[in-house]
Amino acid sequence: MPKNTLGEHLRQQGMSRRSFLKFCSLLASGMALSPALVPRIAQALEATRRPSVIWLSFQECTGCTESLTRSHTPTVEGLIFDAISLDYHHTLQAASGHAAEAAREEAMKENFGQYILVVDGSIPLDNPGFSTIAGISNLDMLKETAKGAAAIVAVGTCAAFGGLPKANPNPTGAVPVSDIITDKPIINVSGCPPIPVVITGVLAHILTFGGLPELDDLGRPAAFYGQSIHDRCYRRPFYEKGLFAETFDDEGAKKGWCLYKLGCKGPVTFNACATTKWNEGTSFPIESGHGCIGCSEPDFWDFGGFYEALSRPTGQTGKNAVYGVAAGTAVGAAVWAMNRAKKEEAVRGHEKLTMDELNREGEES
Amino acid sequence: MAESGVIPIALDTATGNVRPLLHEIRHALTRLLNTGEPTVIDLGALPLSETELEQLQAQLGKGEVRAELHALGVSLIQETRYSGVWLIRHMNESQESAGMFIEISKMPELLYAQMEDIQDGLGRLEHELNEQPPF
Repeated sequence: MPKNTLGEHLRQQGMSRRSFLKFCSLLASGMALSPALVPRIAQALEATRRPSVIWLSFQECTGCTESLTRSHTPTVEGLIFDAISLDYHHTLQAASGHAAEAAREEAMKENFGQYILVVDGSIPLDNPGFSTIAGISNLDMLKETAKGAAAIVAVGTCAAFGGLPKANPNPTGAVPVSDIITDKPIINVSGCPPIPVVITGVLAHILTFGGLPELDDLGRPAAFYGQSIHDRCYRRPFYEKGLFAETFDDEGAKKGWCLYKLGCKGPVTFNACATTKWNEGTSFPIESGHGCIGCSEPDFWDFGGFYEALSRPTGQTGKNAVYGVAAGTAVGAAVWAMNRAKKEEAVRGHEKLTMDELNREGEES
Repeated sequence: MAESGVIPIALDTATGNVRPLLHEIRHALTRLLNTGEPTVIDLGALPLSETELEQLQAQLGKGEVRAELHALGVSLIQETRYSGVWLIRHMNESQESAGMFIEISKMPELLYAQMEDIQDGLGRLEHELNEQPPF
């Protein structure tokens, strides 16, 4: 573990105390914490030692790392990333081959019990040869590295829930980290990719408070995944009024109406996109005219098609929920409550709603 | 492409949060007067439409003090027409908006010279006078 504290490290980088306080204010805001906590955050960050972080990439596309490293710079994300001691990340590190693996082993040995393990990508169980690093199977490397970890951050939907590799028919037998490691605290930072500030917000929370943030029932930080996209969507008033775009180029689309009928998964998707937004806070998919694809939810690839209106799981919600769409009631809440409780059964048993059905039911209501 | 300009992709939907926010500021000012306790409100944590943000800024107006801080990018600190209520807009080094706060205090914390920076400055001045006197 590096000997200098984070405060010392930042001062060595030439950061003034004022800059540090500004950084802490923005960090608190990014972590969805009260500004009243800024002095405590500043005090804790100054005193903490830069933690060793080992980042393992398994069956993944490197999109999660891209999300983090391509975020606008210099930013709070960049500063937090600087504030950790990233001892192993085979995409970013200069070392390769035996030297890279030696760096991982050394970091594990020196910081046993204290390092943070970040994982992106799912783990194939069918055949170890499907994904290996330096001849070591993902399964073996995860088990070995997890032993000395203080906590594990599963970054991206693949590590958190299996993601694309686990999508039906799951040819590699992909599983998420939590299916393998059961004796360590795991924080799921889902998304394909996750929002950069959410990744760093979790690291910052561990740095600041020395523990895990409050998690939802899927192991995700509640500060960022506590509300659905639908809850915070600026198009929600149109949903309430039953005003929906029917195609991507009709009058409704041009007027910015709700994209539910075009397959938006906002009502069953929990993430901070609608408030944190993407690309320097410019917009998020719905603001760009495309429905949410639900990328931070388990099994989102198997939801039934990005452009299919939300599925109606057999025997789970009944007709009233669908009526609610056109009637402008809180169907979103009903659908996600069902979704959270019986997600896997629902996904297995769902039947798709056609646009005709939605229209007909809208007329009936 | 010309057509896309007329699509209202960023609709301005009122949230009704301006009035409650002004009352929160009123409570904070009362607290500042009675106990000296400052308050900071993170505007990024509240849903506000563009129009409402403009309404809020218009209501707060501009007071006697305006300061510009250059630390991790520019921060603009504007006293409002209610003395003790400061509007703070942080930008990053790429001039992008990074956060917006209302601070209710006698002086925003960021404007105070910080002891660590004073210590650094003293060290630099002593070094320069000893090693490379400018005059």
